[in-house]
Amino acid sequence: MDTDLTLDIRNLQTHFTADPGVSKAVDGVSFAVRRNETLAVVGESGSGKSVTSLSAMRLIPSPPGIIAGGEILFRGRDGQVRDLARLSERAMRSVRGNEIGMIFQEPMTSLNPVYTVGDQIGEALRYHQGLDRRAARAEALAMLKKVGIPAAERRLDEYPHQMSGGMRQRVMIAMALACRPTLLIADEPTTALDVTIQAQILDLMRRLQEETGTSILFITHNLGVVAEVAHRVVVMYAGRIVEEGDVRSLLKSPKHPYTRGLLACMPHLGQRRGDGGRLHAIPGSVPSPLNRPRGCTFATRCPLAEPACTAAEPVLEPVGPDHSARCRRWRDVQ
Amino acid sequence: MASVPAGHGNVSLPSPAKPHRSRSPAALLMRQLFRRRLVVLSFLIMLTILAVALLAPWITPFNPMKMDILGRLKPPSAAHWFGTDEYGRDVLSRVMLGARLSLLVGLLVVVVATLMGTLLGLAAGYIRPLDGVLMRLTDALMAFPDILLAIAFMAALGPSLYNVVLALGIVYTPRVARVVRAACLVVREMPFIEAATALGASTPRIVFLHILPNLISPILVQATFIFAYAILTEAALSFLGVGVPPTTPTWGNMIAGAQQYFQQADWLILFPGCAIVLTVLSLQIVGDGLRDALDPRLQKAK
Repeated sequence: MDTDLTLDIRNLQTHFTADPGVSKAVDGVSFAVRRNETLAVVGESGSGKSVTSLSAMRLIPSPPGIIAGGEILFRGRDGQVRDLARLSERAMRSVRGNEIGMIFQEPMTSLNPVYTVGDQIGEALRYHQGLDRRAARAEALAMLKKVGIPAAERRLDEYPHQMSGGMRQRVMIAMALACRPTLLIADEPTTALDVTIQAQILDLMRRLQEETGTSILFITHNLGVVAEVAHRVVVMYAGRIVEEGDVRSLLKSPKHPYTRGLLACMPHLGQRRGDGGRLHAIPGSVPSPLNRPRGCTFATRCPLAEPACTAAEPVLEPVGPDHSARCRRWRDVQ
Repeated sequence: MASVPAGHGNVSLPSPAKPHRSRSPAALLMRQLFRRRLVVLSFLIMLTILAVALLAPWITPFNPMKMDILGRLKPPSAAHWFGTDEYGRDVLSRVMLGARLSLLVGLLVVVVATLMGTLLGLAAGYIRPLDGVLMRLTDALMAFPDILLAIAFMAALGPSLYNVVLALGIVYTPRVARVVRAACLVVREMPFIEAATALGASTPRIVFLHILPNLISPILVQATFIFAYAILTEAALSFLGVGVPPTTPTWGNMIAGAQQYFQQADWLILFPGCAIVLTVLSLQIVGDGLRDALDPRLQKAK
């Protein structure tokens, strides 16, 4: 593993045993997050992006879930590389919240209603770093200030129900970053927030990344957000990576019809109204992970599909510098 | 305006003077609880009974054990407000002392049932494979009428104050266990539990520091009801002669002893009976008030 990599996921397989068979929610996914870098993982519901992030934290509910194969290499603060897929539960607990922080989608319900926010931010510090109550409180106060909560001294002793969604998401970020993790996993952190607050939270995350040098794995389905925060992008579809590249070239000239379709789905200002200006949609939905079609998994919904596409699955091939796509016809994607 | 009951306006409106004072869940609960005047009244009655029970040895007007053969079975009078019993003992003093024992039994039963019920409920709610076994066990216990089960335990254990506590504790454990299990099943799926796991919390930490504090409200409500049931069932056990040994003045024992005399001296049954009714009723009303006060708060907190 290169020394500038924080997280290197190799051929990850996460399966769920369901009644009719085995559901391969993540099927052979590989990507790496560099130090100081924000990698966005994009995809529709059911594409496996959240399962990928939960696998990295080993938070897959088991049973029915299991990490069936692959490696999750993670470089800790001490520079040691460990394979999180094979770490004991005990060792994993000292990684969670300490070396990898996580922010969730639902700020309204992700805080425990019976503790003050100060207690909750300080909790991880107290049991990972052995701080006493007073030191943890001081550190929690510093974190609250850092995430831009006004009147932090007063807010420290408030309960979550006294705060708005945006405030709570700031508190979540403070909790996740309290132990100065080397990696922050953010699972759709702005989805539940309104647009102005979204922009503030994204700004905050960018600023904190500059200050702390944390790598960020950013899970989202919102390409607008990707353009705001990401350095590199991985597009997932039906448990596999279909396109991967740096944010500029991927968003400017997508080489996979699925990415192309996702971009076309975004409404933009100045769009014509009426019939000619109908919002684009990708027909159909993600195929069931229990019953994947042969060949290219996107072929059933692809405007460029031809008989050869369903014969064998295309490989993820380079289509430019730091840019690859899993499509036989990438040269035809405009 | 004039028809608005006094005391309403100043409770429901938050004071604008300190708009940012942090309100703990406990403070919010008290505000909700005391909205209803019947609840306040019951709470005061409960406190009074508790105070009498605590201070009984020092404030009884007569020695509750002192017999007076000449003054036996005297109706209520200025000297003996609740009359005297078949040995000429002062009934008021004995009711006051009885409060001490009845409340003690009730309280200990609450402690035993709540502790065991909470542990069982958490185990059933969090450790899925245990759920089926534990819940069928509680079903089996709950299938028997409370009093029958308690009599069976007393028959096995033998009569003593602590065996009454143990028997009633076991009888009421399933009630707590069911409520705790149900609430635990809800809370364990909340995102903040996953968030706590993502912060590296261990399983005992999750269960006792993150789930349990969120179950306090249903446990508290159950505890007040069990307090009331326990007092009632203890009285029934004593009345049937399988409870606390009859030499000890509990309310149940007093009523049991008065059976032979109630046609000449109905006050012997009336006053301990009233004490039971008053205590159980006020506990039930406070329990109801607690339940009402806790539900809307949980909805708002979401």
